[in-house]
Amino acid sequence: MAQPQVDTSPKVSDEIRKTTCYMCACRCGINVHMKGGKVAYIEGNRDHPINKGVLCAKGSAGIIQHNAPSRLRAPLRRVGPRGSGEFEEISWDEALETAVGWLKPLRDTAPEKLAFFTGRDQSQSFTGWWAQAYGTPNFAAHGGFCSVNMATAGIYTMGGAFWEFGSPDWEHAKLFLLFGVAEDHDSNPIKMGIGRLKERGAKIVGVNPIRSGYNAVADDWIGITPGTDGLLILSLIHCLLKAGKIDLDYLARFTNAPVLLNGDPKSPDFGLFLRDEDGKPQVIDRPSGKLMAWDTPGVRPDLTGHIRRAGVTHTSVMHLIADRYLSDDHAPEAVAERCGLTPDRIHALAAELARVAFDEAITLDRPWTDFRGERHEKMIGRPVAIHAMRGISAHANGFQTARALHVLQILLGAVETPGGMRFKPPYPKPAEAHPRPHAKATPGKPLNGPHLGYPQGPEDLALDADGKPLRIDKSFTWENPMSAHGLMHMVISNAHAGDPYKIDTLFLYMANMAWNSSMNSSGVMEMLTDTDENGDYVIPNIIYSDAYSSEMVAYADLILPDTTYLERHDCISLLDRPISEPDAAADAIRWPVVEPDRDVRGFQSVLLDLGARLNLLGMVDDTGAPKYADYADYIMNHERKPGIGPLAGWRMSDSGLTHGRGAPNAAQIDSYIAGGGFCTMHIPEEAQYYKPWNTAYQDWAVQTGLFDAATPYIFQLYVEPLRRFQRAGEGKGDILPPEHLRAQIAHKLDPLPIWYAPDAGNPDNYPIHALTQRPMAMYHSWGSQNAWLRQLHGHNPMYLPSRLMRDHDLQDGDWARITSPHGDITVPVAEMAALNPDTIWTWNAIGKRKGAWALKPDAPEATRGFLLNHIIHELLPPKGDGLRWSNSDPVTGQAAWFDLRVRIEKTTAPAEAQPTFAKLISPVGPGPDQLTWKTPS
Amino acid sequence: MTDLPATTDRKLGLVIDLDTCVGCHACVISCKGWNTENYGAPLSDQDPYGADPSGTFLNRVHSYEVQPQDAPAQLIHFPKSCLHCEDAPCVTVCPTGASYKRTEDGIVLVNETDCIGCGLCAWACPYGARELDAAEGVMKKCTLCVDRIYNENLPEEDRTPACVRTCPAGARHFGDLGDPDSAVSQLVADRGGIDLMPEQGTKPVNKYLPPRPKDTWQGEVDVLAPFLEPVAEEPKGFLAWIDKTLEKL
Repeated sequence: MAQPQVDTSPKVSDEIRKTTCYMCACRCGINVHMKGGKVAYIEGNRDHPINKGVLCAKGSAGIIQHNAPSRLRAPLRRVGPRGSGEFEEISWDEALETAVGWLKPLRDTAPEKLAFFTGRDQSQSFTGWWAQAYGTPNFAAHGGFCSVNMATAGIYTMGGAFWEFGSPDWEHAKLFLLFGVAEDHDSNPIKMGIGRLKERGAKIVGVNPIRSGYNAVADDWIGITPGTDGLLILSLIHCLLKAGKIDLDYLARFTNAPVLLNGDPKSPDFGLFLRDEDGKPQVIDRPSGKLMAWDTPGVRPDLTGHIRRAGVTHTSVMHLIADRYLSDDHAPEAVAERCGLTPDRIHALAAELARVAFDEAITLDRPWTDFRGERHEKMIGRPVAIHAMRGISAHANGFQTARALHVLQILLGAVETPGGMRFKPPYPKPAEAHPRPHAKATPGKPLNGPHLGYPQGPEDLALDADGKPLRIDKSFTWENPMSAHGLMHMVISNAHAGDPYKIDTLFLYMANMAWNSSMNSSGVMEMLTDTDENGDYVIPNIIYSDAYSSEMVAYADLILPDTTYLERHDCISLLDRPISEPDAAADAIRWPVVEPDRDVRGFQSVLLDLGARLNLLGMVDDTGAPKYADYADYIMNHERKPGIGPLAGWRMSDSGLTHGRGAPNAAQIDSYIAGGGFCTMHIPEEAQYYKPWNTAYQDWAVQTGLFDAATPYIFQLYVEPLRRFQRAGEGKGDILPPEHLRAQIAHKLDPLPIWYAPDAGNPDNYPIHALTQRPMAMYHSWGSQNAWLRQLHGHNPMYLPSRLMRDHDLQDGDWARITSPHGDITVPVAEMAALNPDTIWTWNAIGKRKGAWALKPDAPEATRGFLLNHIIHELLPPKGDGLRWSNSDPVTGQAAWFDLRVRIEKTTAPAEAQPTFAKLISPVGPGPDQLTWKTPS
Repeated sequence: MTDLPATTDRKLGLVIDLDTCVGCHACVISCKGWNTENYGAPLSDQDPYGADPSGTFLNRVHSYEVQPQDAPAQLIHFPKSCLHCEDAPCVTVCPTGASYKRTEDGIVLVNETDCIGCGLCAWACPYGARELDAAEGVMKKCTLCVDRIYNENLPEEDRTPACVRTCPAGARHFGDLGDPDSAVSQLVADRGGIDLMPEQGTKPVNKYLPPRPKDTWQGEVDVLAPFLEPVAEEPKGFLAWIDKTLEKL
């Protein structure tokens, strides 16, 4: 029989439109293939700096998200009781006038009564600007319940964090140490990097209670007990110090290890830096023995410096580091058991770090000049790269643990050197160069400055004259002074409790607070529907913007339906969270590759419209007319300061188009579209490492518009702002914490990293740790109802280690009751051997509520799926003092999701996973019974 | 019964690196997207928003736990699609000649116009690599993206299967396994690539690169110990060591 003829060169599509993915926080470049004006196929953009052509499962499934039956179709006004899901469709004019009717009187009388919080927002420099113009202090995005410990520890310590702002040097690292869950931000770059390490034969060590995902391909797996990473890290530091395996030259030149500290416990300045008249921290110049400012040209800071001045002994930070970490308290033998490890395991890891950092050091022949004017002929690298994210961050000791990790990296000389960790522009940027928090509301006026920032001491807290919190989430208070991303997980709880005050309108964007984005989800649903003695809702008005029929929609009074990511303009801005890579600054756009076929509008354009109707500064012109037609107009024409706008590419200069600084360009978005949706500005080769200290980098950053002036700085092993708070905790200074928080502040805001056990229930009653993670195919993706992706992960059993399965006589498919100090859930179980023996876990956010996401009520997500959130409270169990103690890190307010402790009992199978909730009335109805599409050309 | 060619000019196939696959399912969904729009009938999904969603996929990733005697348990991610066997039982069992192996490159395809959806080929395949599309009633399988790899409408660098192009970790490789000098053949030789279930006698063209040995640190403890030789036991001695060392610099 003749072989059939196959058309091996079919037409692929009519056209490729290049935009930016929004299926998670990674922001890859995508080629959207169009057929007959419709989206037909999505693949990665090979030219794009983030993904270089590859694309994850989420990205390829974007077509299903774009066409999802759960898409909202028109503005909605609630007609049934809150939480029922009963709505009527209204016009945009009605919707916007309703919102203005609530927001305008508030602004004129008490702007703080608007709480505006955004979830998976990729336009925070814009939404924050809007909130500042409105004048409420109550704005933040979801960082507070995500990874703010990591961000804050990184910024205060080294002027940059992991997240998508720092990257392992995949081309030079020989040992890669990965802590905890880190599969969210930078997901494709990390997968590409792991592939590159494997190709190069580098070693990967995973430290994680669960051996899945990246840990499954790690050469060595360290199945640590949750919450003890800090103990392990400080023990590694102990071993390395004791063996002298630290980079002395790097520490002396580029860190505050040689900076002198007041060492007199009786002095009011005890623990603060010795400073000169200009306020600059002082070091001893080793050759001359003289006291000098840290940045004096030619100074050779002495690591072991000490001096007696005005009767007070001052010693270098290095003295304190030696005193603290050489102590046997940090020896592997003293900590291993608590970590669930053996002392040998810790010794072996420390020795491996020492071997690779110093015996396998690498050298690049790239001359460079440092900020003190010294020229270096070579770049020396310690090829140990480390990465971490939520796994260590989401504990109440996460800030200090992340700090410990950065101190470890710095002691090895493995930050901003070849083979280590590298920053991506606009980082590095020290904490002092960031704004400080602003929270002073004045009726009818903009806020007195940007909401979020990095406090330098008690004077920067957001407290009124009586010490009462100015913000609804109690950010920047003594409960959590360095809460740089706010505490979104406390907003509804505090607003419901009227603590510190009552609010009028809760305005949320893309944040599923009535379900998987809240701690204590069942409690939050009650708070959102609770009424006062008059029968009015305790939280009077709720406005919500989402593209999909999420659980939160049912709890709002007014719905502003957003577009899908293929129907909208966006900018992924250098003012915010750009798509830079270590060798380049880069930003990008989204643009409507198709127009919406429903009565929906991009949220940012709606916000500009609302702003104009409210007459907000910057959103109306001199005549009071709207200044911007829509978000695209804002992206091109808004200037944050002269020459600097949301997009850095294709701006106008005297000599034509330019990247970086320049005047607005009315055709800027067209230029981005022609350029593939992004703009890249390459960093010169001599400027690619040692960025905080490298003159060539600093000059390039000023020229590009990242900074206004060169700002070299040294890494802060010892964080003086922490000491300023700690000092107040000790009762010193003018601004003091309330009595009940002093001991906590004095203990936990230690300027050198410490470890303490999180306070998460009595281990005798709750012996097991319980964790969640998102599958790679869904991480940070908005709604797992995606018909392709839910076939990969439509069930989420509770995974138990073999020991616990045996101890409780459980088999796969049996059911167990999981009880925390806060409540219980009843769920199906399955065995997993590659697991810490005291830890159980499940996939997060697979469980969905009946009626949400256009799923049918018998979908497994709604019958067997469950959330761990129900047994994680936003407050710690009452301590008998009548106070509400937030379940958060006491430094940053990061939600301590992973501190959860539970006990397990086998139980008979219920009809459905418990607890169950009433079915929501769906504003969109369920999806179709079959998908069989092929896009016609 | 359908005949297999005695030989094929090339043996195109995939080499899948089990040491590198992180189990992200990127290949699964990219395959689904491309093949829904291209060769033959779209890959349909039944009950896509309901109790038992069940769609057609040409490539799936399975995960298996391995429990070594004296080391922690391991998790292996195992992507699986048609292996384009040299002795493909799915071809010889086909009653209509719809299933065939191409002489020029060895790709096993289903000619959907001749497929009666009897399912014999899926039954004969020991790997479970074929799926009957419930909407169309025809057998679907990996085509090795025969409509990409020669496609003159694609840039040359994109003439590779969708799963290979998209794999973020670079765990999938495509090439001619009949040419011992090809990059894929070299990779198989270097890394000890293996056949899946060789005892079935199907002579699969696709190869798997096995995971490298893991958790070997206990064997290295003695080698590593000297790296932690103390320079001092307490802070004073440690600071003196710093001074001494800095003087030498």
